[in-house]
Amino acid sequence: MGSMKHTQLVVVGNGMVGHKFVEALVQQAAPEHLQITVFGEEPRPAYDRVALSSWFAGTTVEELTLPEPGYYERHGVTLFTDEKVDRIDRDTRRIHTTSGRTLAYDTLVLATGSFPFVPPVANGDAAGTFVYRTIDDLEAIAAWASRGGVRAGAVIGGGLLGLEAANALHTLGLDTHVVEFAERLMPVQVDEGGGRALRSRIERLGVSVHTARATSEVVLGPDRSVAGLRFADPAHGDLDVQLVLYSAGIRPRDELARSAGLAVGERGGVVVDDELRTNDPAIYAIGEVALLQGRIYGLVAPGYDMARTLAANLVGALDTEGTTDHRFTGAELSTKLKLLGIDVASFGDSFGKAPGARCLVWDDPVAAVYKKLVVDEATGAVTGGVLVGDASAYATLLSMSRGDLPTPDDPSPLLLPAGSSDSALGAVGVTALADTSTICSCNNVVKGQICSAVADGCHTMADLKATTTAGTGCGGCQPLMKDLLQHELTAAGLDVDTSLCTHFAHTRAELYSLVRFHGHRTFTAVLANHGHPGLTDGCDICKPTIGSILASLGEGYILDGEQSALQDTNDHFLANLQKDGTYSVVPRIPGGEITPNGLITIGEVARDYGLYTKITGGQRIDLFGARVEQLPEIWTRLVDAGFESGHAYGKALRTVKSCVGETWCRYGVQDSVAMAIAVELRYRGLRAPHKIKMAVSGCTRECAEAQSKDVGIIATERGWNLYVGGNGGLRPQHAVLFAEDLDDATLIRYIDRFLMFYIRTADRLERTASWLNKIEGGLDHVRSVVMNDSLGIADELETDMANHVASYECEWKATIESPERVSRFVSFVNAPDAADPHIVFVEERGQIRPARPEEKPPAEVPVLLGAGAGAMP
Amino acid sequence: MSAVTEPLLDLTEPTIAAENRSVSVCAVDLLVPGRGVAALIDGQQVAVFLTEHHGLFAVGNHDPISDTNVLSRGITGSINGEPVVASPIYKQRFSLRTGICLDDPAYAVPVYRIETIDGMVHVHVVS
Ligand code: SRM
Ligand SMILES: Cc1cc2nc3c(=O)[nH]c(=O)nc-3n(C[C@H](O)[C@H](O)[C@H](O)COP(=O)(O)OP(=O)(O)OC[C@H]3O[C@@H](n4cnc5c(N)ncnc54)[C@H](O)[C@@H]3O)c2cc1C
Ligand code: SF4
Ligand code: FES
Repeated sequence: MGSMKHTQLVVVGNGMVGHKFVEALVQQAAPEHLQITVFGEEPRPAYDRVALSSWFAGTTVEELTLPEPGYYERHGVTLFTDEKVDRIDRDTRRIHTTSGRTLAYDTLVLATGSFPFVPPVANGDAAGTFVYRTIDDLEAIAAWASRGGVRAGAVIGGGLLGLEAANALHTLGLDTHVVEFAERLMPVQVDEGGGRALRSRIERLGVSVHTARATSEVVLGPDRSVAGLRFADPAHGDLDVQLVLYSAGIRPRDELARSAGLAVGERGGVVVDDELRTNDPAIYAIGEVALLQGRIYGLVAPGYDMARTLAANLVGALDTEGTTDHRFTGAELSTKLKLLGIDVASFGDSFGKAPGARCLVWDDPVAAVYKKLVVDEATGAVTGGVLVGDASAYATLLSMSRGDLPTPDDPSPLLLPAGSSDSALGAVGVTALADTSTICSCNNVVKGQICSAVADGCHTMADLKATTTAGTGCGGCQPLMKDLLQHELTAAGLDVDTSLCTHFAHTRAELYSLVRFHGHRTFTAVLANHGHPGLTDGCDICKPTIGSILASLGEGYILDGEQSALQDTNDHFLANLQKDGTYSVVPRIPGGEITPNGLITIGEVARDYGLYTKITGGQRIDLFGARVEQLPEIWTRLVDAGFESGHAYGKALRTVKSCVGETWCRYGVQDSVAMAIAVELRYRGLRAPHKIKMAVSGCTRECAEAQSKDVGIIATERGWNLYVGGNGGLRPQHAVLFAEDLDDATLIRYIDRFLMFYIRTADRLERTASWLNKIEGGLDHVRSVVMNDSLGIADELETDMANHVASYECEWKATIESPERVSRFVSFVNAPDAADPHIVFVEERGQIRPARPEEKPPAEVPVLLGAGAGAMP
Repeated sequence: MSAVTEPLLDLTEPTIAAENRSVSVCAVDLLVPGRGVAALIDGQQVAVFLTEHHGLFAVGNHDPISDTNVLSRGITGSINGEPVVASPIYKQRFSLRTGICLDDPAYAVPVYRIETIDGMVHVHVVS
């Protein structure tokens, strides 16, 4: 099948637009005889450059990467990263790369983007000067900023990107200066009033702004790296900075096109027509390198439009019946940004240049909020505007300026501060939007598409994003999407969806109350009574959730009867699954206290079973690499020596860390180790919506890091201070002081109530920190429930906890005592003694580790044929 | 052909592993409804499930996404009526009927014919 004729399509540049182009080809089912090859000069596949700055806030390169791992391979597209195309030979239709590769093309697409312009200043290339465009740039900036002696940095350029770069320097802890040649910040996007508001907001953050300044020289230090910045006007003294970042605009990377003799614009950019074709009919250009109708589009949305237009044309052209009339018709240049936490937006005719334009202005210098609406005098319609400091009305106003929404007769309330009753969104709702109005400009999704997706069953933002792709670019349209979603759901008589999954309309908290109230003891009973009618089966979301609720309510051994099928695989094997299919073993070490003999036992077990051994971040020891069938034997050894399950696998109490405390430490004021052990033994095995971590410190020096835990206890001269809601992880949050100077009994009572209230009301997979952030009434409410019994449920909460404490048993002890339970721990039912041959270890630093794919023999995967189906037993 | 997106794989017809014999793996009583077990049949690893309401299924035990033999340890359930198992590693769901990954139809696992004969679970394989 398939024709032998391969059309060679070569794409130069694997940036945002180059990637979108490949994606569009794949989505439009590009014909099979199209052979796509992509070259990218950067060492990694395309990533989200728009979100580049989030790298400084901890977003990883993996998260920024646009293609899913394996995407190109899966769709038969060849990608060469770290390989630059350095010459096009148009006569023979070949490209040549820096690694010496030569490839013939039938169609060539240039998506080479642009490069940051470095203004001509003396010593402009000294060590310590940077640009801001790629992940490599950011890594270099972060590395330089962390050098000793680097205290302050200057960004040259106060435009959109310059301010983003300034934010980055600010986050890196540098004294930050922004130097702008023009009279105001963001001269391209905002007007004078907006520039003023922006400047005042930015200065409040401690960033220094210098406008109307020309830079003349980078001052060099003794090691010839940056030691200052000098201005053309000597009246302005030098800036004492050790890092300089240029952000003075972009220039198209048209060097390849230029040397191949393609037409380029006077100020750069590869000239293309509205079908994105250069003056060579076999060569196209898209994205920031393309010069279209005399302009370069330095934003991603128009680039994406170009990518989609070109893909549609190429697929159409290859298709005999297809048409080729897709044209790029220009693009929206509206922007909404959050810079240094400040909302800035400009849209439509933002400078009011059109004839008949009139301006309405709201200027609040105290709050540093500036809003301008441009209104057409004749029609009264909003045609553009600028918003600084409060851009909450952006989406609505943008729709008005596009004519998608009618402008109310009196537009002035549209400028009122957000939240006042007549503010923009209240004045006209999403209902007034036409079905053809663009909601998401990044991905070109209109209102009608979103509404029909909701009608087709997308009832959550996640579904809606996955189905329509709206909201997956800059994210600016998400509030509008959310509004639309809620509106459509309400209109359809559906509640805004808080369902656990497709089987239950309830939230986890509601299910918890229902199970508790009715005393259900099985999943079947819960599903039959509270699930959607007619369903007989759950899923991987509701089963473990209900399993956890039943366990929190003291339903006993979690692997018996029906409960067994509810557990996540970690709970099911009472161990944590690792990437290679083996498990880890974590014995409980209460409070981190362990006897020498205990340590020796763990060491012996690890040695005898060849397990990788590591001290964890939770003051205990993790043994990795156990196969399923080894778990019961290993645990028999540990249980016999007095250890019990550490519940590392469960959404349950994990560890209670301690510091050594008053017993040994010269500053300690209470016995923190004894308290940590007591608390760990009390709450061990307690199943919850998410894991729970605690710590006890013996004095305010806080060596146990209690303020980063769900429950933190810090000794005082008079008792204990109780902290709650701390969290490490992706979004660290400090615990807040809940109550002071408690005696032992009150401390435990408050923790009992706090934990049980959390277990009752939190959502699935919600740590105490996010639960506290969200709960209505906030911390004060939780305090009044726990300390003043404002809901009259304190007794119930305490009884529930007492039940838990009374019914606790070590799950591993209970397992190894029952041959029937042990019999489930095999790799293969029909070969209980066999080990999975696909699990392979290699040695590293004197211990085992899982073999990497290239170190392993391939897995045996059987041949596939046609037809057949399952059978009833 | 016009430029209409077509599914990469036909989602309705199961892809069945070639078979020429049936092997008995365990007593059906041993299976816990809703959970799976793995069987080793001439070097092939097969995940066998007894679902609560759709009966018995057998699919490859190898999870192509994490490259581990773990599907038998996943949670079963149904998504819009389709019986599925969720891989315990990265949670992608595979149809037990067709073997196709619902979260990324580019992946699929083999499906084996399975039946109960005299209380014993039999899987049909080629060897
Ligand atoms: C082993 C250990 C790392 C180590 O080598 O030190 C570890 C290992 C894992 N952590 Fe952790 N975490 C470990 C301490 C921590 C800590 C530090 C601490 O507890 O003091 C944190 C930050 C503190 C916190 O939780 O607030 C931590 C924050 C996480 C998170 C993020 C939680 C969050 O709220 O954002 C996850 C992911 C999750 O739970 O969803 C996670 C998940 C995991 C998982 C379960 C990932 C997984 O699903 O496979 C790892 C299981 C390993 C295993 O098989 O045992 N681990 N993890 C530590 C075990 C402590 C213990 O003795 O039980
Ligand atoms: C910090 C930052 C923030 C931004 N924020 C926004 C925003 O909020 N909104 C917005 O709309 N836009 C924003 N942009 C602009 C947006 O990122 C660009 O418009 C978009 O990336 C353009 O895509 P592109 O594919 O044309 O170029 P690029 O993404 O730059 O990709 C071009 C790629 O081609 C490679 N290349 C060049 N020449 C060759 C060659 N000869 N051989 C092989 N490979 C080559 C380059 O290395 C590069 O990887 C921002 C940009 C930056 C830097
Ligand atoms: S931080 Fe925790 S979850 Fe991440 S790799 Fe380390 S142990 Fe695993
Ligand atoms: S507008 Fe950028 S994601 Fe929708």
